[in-house]
Amino acid sequence: MERFQTLQQLFKRYRRPGDLVFATVFLLVALFLLSQLGKQTVWASGTQLFAQPRFWPAVGVFGMVGFGTLHFLSSVASDRIAGRWQEVGFWLRGFEFVAWFLGYVWLVPYAGYLLATMGFMAVLTLRLGYRAPKTIGMAVLTGVGIVLLFRTFLQVRLPGGQLYHMLPEGWSSFMLTYF
Amino acid sequence: MELFLSSFHMLARLDVALALLVGSIGGVIIGAIPGVGAAVAIAILLPATFSFEPIVGLTALLGIYGSSMYGGAIPAILINTPGTAVNALTTYDGYPMTKRGQARRALSLAYSASFYGGVLAIICLIVLSPVLAWIAPMFGSREIFLAALLGIILVVLAHRGQVFAAGMLASLGIFLNSVGLEPVRYSRRFTFDQSWLASGVDLIVVVLGLFAISQAFLLLVDKDDAPHAQPVDGSLFSGLKELFQFKRVATVSSGFGVLMGMIPGVGEFTAQFMSYTYARRTSKTPEAFGDGSPEGLIASEASNNAVPGAAMIPLLALGIPGEALTAMMLSVFYVHNVVPGPGLFQDHMDFVVALYIVMLLLNVIVLVFLMFSTNWLTKIIQIPTRFLGVIILTLSFVGVYSLRNSFTDCAVASGFGILGLILKRLNLPIVPIVLGMVLGGIMEVKLRSAMARVHTPLDMVDRPIAAILFAAILLVLGLHIRTLVREHKARQDEPDHDIHDTQTR
Repeated sequence: MERFQTLQQLFKRYRRPGDLVFATVFLLVALFLLSQLGKQTVWASGTQLFAQPRFWPAVGVFGMVGFGTLHFLSSVASDRIAGRWQEVGFWLRGFEFVAWFLGYVWLVPYAGYLLATMGFMAVLTLRLGYRAPKTIGMAVLTGVGIVLLFRTFLQVRLPGGQLYHMLPEGWSSFMLTYF
Repeated sequence: MELFLSSFHMLARLDVALALLVGSIGGVIIGAIPGVGAAVAIAILLPATFSFEPIVGLTALLGIYGSSMYGGAIPAILINTPGTAVNALTTYDGYPMTKRGQARRALSLAYSASFYGGVLAIICLIVLSPVLAWIAPMFGSREIFLAALLGIILVVLAHRGQVFAAGMLASLGIFLNSVGLEPVRYSRRFTFDQSWLASGVDLIVVVLGLFAISQAFLLLVDKDDAPHAQPVDGSLFSGLKELFQFKRVATVSSGFGVLMGMIPGVGEFTAQFMSYTYARRTSKTPEAFGDGSPEGLIASEASNNAVPGAAMIPLLALGIPGEALTAMMLSVFYVHNVVPGPGLFQDHMDFVVALYIVMLLLNVIVLVFLMFSTNWLTKIIQIPTRFLGVIILTLSFVGVYSLRNSFTDCAVASGFGILGLILKRLNLPIVPIVLGMVLGGIMEVKLRSAMARVHTPLDMVDRPIAAILFAAILLVLGLHIRTLVREHKARQDEPDHDIHDTQTR
């Protein structure tokens, strides 16, 4: 990290690899939304421009297209930075964890918040390459701590697990209330 | 006096005290862990606070907001990694001091400067309160519209070198806010016949995705790292005494923090750089800046800690958030049907004063906590980053799912998580999206109600405050164009730097 020379330099942000890919995708999405502006919004006759239902979506979409085009052109005109596709690969690797997260979300109403959280944290910790029993134990304990804080103590609204209904009467209502 | 008593009465409750304690200490811990930050913590806790009374929820969130920067100075000074994004400038002088064996002095000065900045901002708030209570009722629909417009323009122009990107992301925010059933004619806007889009895109879902889930993804995909900080020996109280040798720098820097905090869309970075430039220009040893200058460290920490207090001014007085964290807090007000703005100062001044007292107390709690627990915090910093990612992802679930128990919300938040991951990797700003959503909503409502009394364009600016705001918009745009022209004439090589690295946000 080089030291700055002027205040102006300090305020500036700089381009990173993959900028052109993002600029292109953003502009394409913006253009698609612009093509849908007439279909997806209505124009109310006898209403002032600023009160039109279409006005604010149009402000957003035109802004996206306008600034998106300028950003795209500045990316095209800039020197290429090495590592563009490695960077895109990095972004795509994020989708694996989207799957893990949504799997966890799907599991909670069935297994209950406590079991699903303990299982999710333990399995994801293993997936990330941690093998020491102490670390896995820490993950499970952290999961229990999170459940105790949010569900038991703060009573955050989360559905009770269907699995809890299979427990004896007293245990079932206890688990449904606190875990 | 009666007002203060009423405010104290509002705060004299166990749940408020607990929220203050947990928020302030939790904020320091969160700030000290690189890769978490106040935005992530507030986003996660936000839905949980909806079930509390406004004063309890806001106390907890203010605690995190006001204290995270204290904690963020620890890794910035000890391991050259800012705990929160706004501690980046602290690394410039803090870490060289550590390398010279002055870690204790640097930490002590950072805490003292942060305390000074934080307290001075709150004193300014208290002194300004009568003025705010006088001015706030002068803000009608058109003034609030113009103030929100000024905020959007400032947040775009503040991202120098990335104005186009900030503009397109702010526009995305405005667009996202307009999706769903519009409130007057109930026509559908960009719902693509999907029922889940009819209610619009929830701000909390977007915020959680962009700040918390994206940070989890970033940590999970990136290489594992466990920062290691050496413990610090000796008392940390000495900085309080040393700070008074540099009281001019501390006071001016805090002043910049207050001023920049009050202006929507500007915030900590601008305050820090103005303070740093001032401190360097007026220093007897300007060559030491960037190489372990105590004045540089004080300028950075005093100014950034003065911002949270001042940032509450546009939020409380006008209902206009100036940056992402106050935008999140705005939703706590709305959930409880407390509308921040001119009416709050007129009808609930005790509530406003109670918030000032909370901010004052949190600074005291944090300073005392840090004086005795810094070495313990250096151990917390050592959590492996991927493991931290697992924890943030698990906590994000509570934030999103507890809103409506909706799988769709979680899927949408994941989508914004990927967008946030890309933006952070590209070092593009996230804040314009959030402010675009919030200020876009405010502009839509206020412009519609203002237009009922506006017949010609000049009517829009025929009141004094509206005219001043309009002049400010023209001035900001004019100054920006002038700077661009000047820079173009004096072209010079521009070194790359990581000072705005959004990955730590």
